[in-house]
Amino acid sequence: MYGFEAMTFNVHGGFLEAIVRGYRAGMLTAADYNNLCQCESLDDIKLHLSATDYGPYLANEPSPLHTTTIVEKCTQKLVDEYNFMLTQCSEPLSTFLEYITYGHMIDNVVLIVTGTLHERDVNELLEKCHPLGMFDSIATLAVAQNMRELYRLVLVDTPLAPYFSECITSEDLDDMNIEIMRNTLYKAYLEDFYQFCQGLGGATAELMCDLLSFEADWRSVNITVNSIGTELTRDDRRKLYSNFGLLYPYGHEELAVTEDFDAVRGAVEKYPPYQAIFSKLSFGESQMLDKAFYEEDVKRLTLVFEQQFHYAVFFAYIKLREQETRNLMWIAECVAQNQKSRIHDGIVFIF
Amino acid sequence: MAYGDASSWLHALLYISPYTFSALGIALSIGVSVLGASWGIYITGSSLIGAAIKAPRITSKNLISVIFCEAVAIYGVIVAIILQTKLESVASSQQHYPESMRAGYALFASGIIVGFANLVCGLCVGIIGSSCALSDAQNSTLFVKILVIEIFGSALGLFGVIVGIIMSAQASWPAAHM
Repeated sequence: MYGFEAMTFNVHGGFLEAIVRGYRAGMLTAADYNNLCQCESLDDIKLHLSATDYGPYLANEPSPLHTTTIVEKCTQKLVDEYNFMLTQCSEPLSTFLEYITYGHMIDNVVLIVTGTLHERDVNELLEKCHPLGMFDSIATLAVAQNMRELYRLVLVDTPLAPYFSECITSEDLDDMNIEIMRNTLYKAYLEDFYQFCQGLGGATAELMCDLLSFEADWRSVNITVNSIGTELTRDDRRKLYSNFGLLYPYGHEELAVTEDFDAVRGAVEKYPPYQAIFSKLSFGESQMLDKAFYEEDVKRLTLVFEQQFHYAVFFAYIKLREQETRNLMWIAECVAQNQKSRIHDGIVFIF
Repeated sequence: MAYGDASSWLHALLYISPYTFSALGIALSIGVSVLGASWGIYITGSSLIGAAIKAPRITSKNLISVIFCEAVAIYGVIVAIILQTKLESVASSQQHYPESMRAGYALFASGIIVGFANLVCGLCVGIIGSSCALSDAQNSTLFVKILVIEIFGSALGLFGVIVGIIMSAQASWPAAHM
């Protein structure tokens, strides 16, 4: 019953909600980012970060520091916190937390399959995989030649198995097919997650369905913009759009037939929440679209913390930490390559 | 005493002994109050423990929320003790006199009043206490302001106790006469 979660939520979720809010309090603020932007070298960055919650993770790194080390340690911190929460929770929070990682699993699967296609070494690819999306038998992906084998050998035992029903073909894997496979899997995953959250009811359902709708719409716009000018047919494009969200179904009809960026803008601007995003871009410009969407996403994720007694704080925390890691990577790269003038182009301030 | 037909529901209801109603009232006053107090304490406690991991300074101040919830249980105990001193025996011939019935109903009502007022008061203080702990962990200036909300919330239990005691004060059983 919506509105009465406060009476029973704390039985199973009170402790972990308080912990995740404690983690959120340790995230980097605008003042921290300003300090980091003024750093001259990676060692300065390490010095500033050691005063924040990242301290214990970077303290033992020998100089000279690499940008990849910083990013790796930040991700490691997120994985440790995630595992800490996952081991202590009970149903349905444990299923909810696992759902959050399926997106990374899909990305890892596609990474390994693409890498194998381009004759890369499996171990090298495994190191590049995101730790939140690892599962046993992931290395076996390198053996598969087409999607049916991929499913039969490896994926049938993973949580991704139910998402495969729509994309199994016997064609050999090539770059185009893999991208379509990635998007089809992600579409099935988002729809499954949406159904699960609706089943949870209450504040979790309302907040998560809102966040997932935004993500689905974001992906629809990205798919459209990236497939303009490629061989992807309109019907194929329409099959990749999710069946929920603000843009469903009329926005998708319009997006499916667009052939340039201004038509995309015209189709999406009809929806008031997305008008704000496009108003930041001038006509014809598509490079800043990603950053505008990231900013809108971060704004919605931070609003989730205003309400208590629901699971969406966990989802929001993980997404915001990933954004923080992206910010740190951008700052570290700018500092390492001495491009400090562009440093503010890539940061999305969170708090 | 003949209200209606001997086999009607009205007759059955009116023939329940006033002792039953009094005893139920006493049980409800303590039982349901403690239910409310414990509900509030676990709601506050779980959030407080989790938040104190990252912000240990909040523990001592936020125990006030737990104390407010505990006070609710104490109200229930006090009223139960008062009610049970009011429970007297009457001669069996006088058991269904109007005065005895009135005394029985008064004790029952007093128990319900106190019990349910404390139930919702304990819940209220508990939920506010949980939010108080989480807000204090992030911004320590918020603690005193949220405490004011809790104080208003705990006044609700007090209202219940006052009315319950007034109800039971006028419960007088018929005096024995030869």
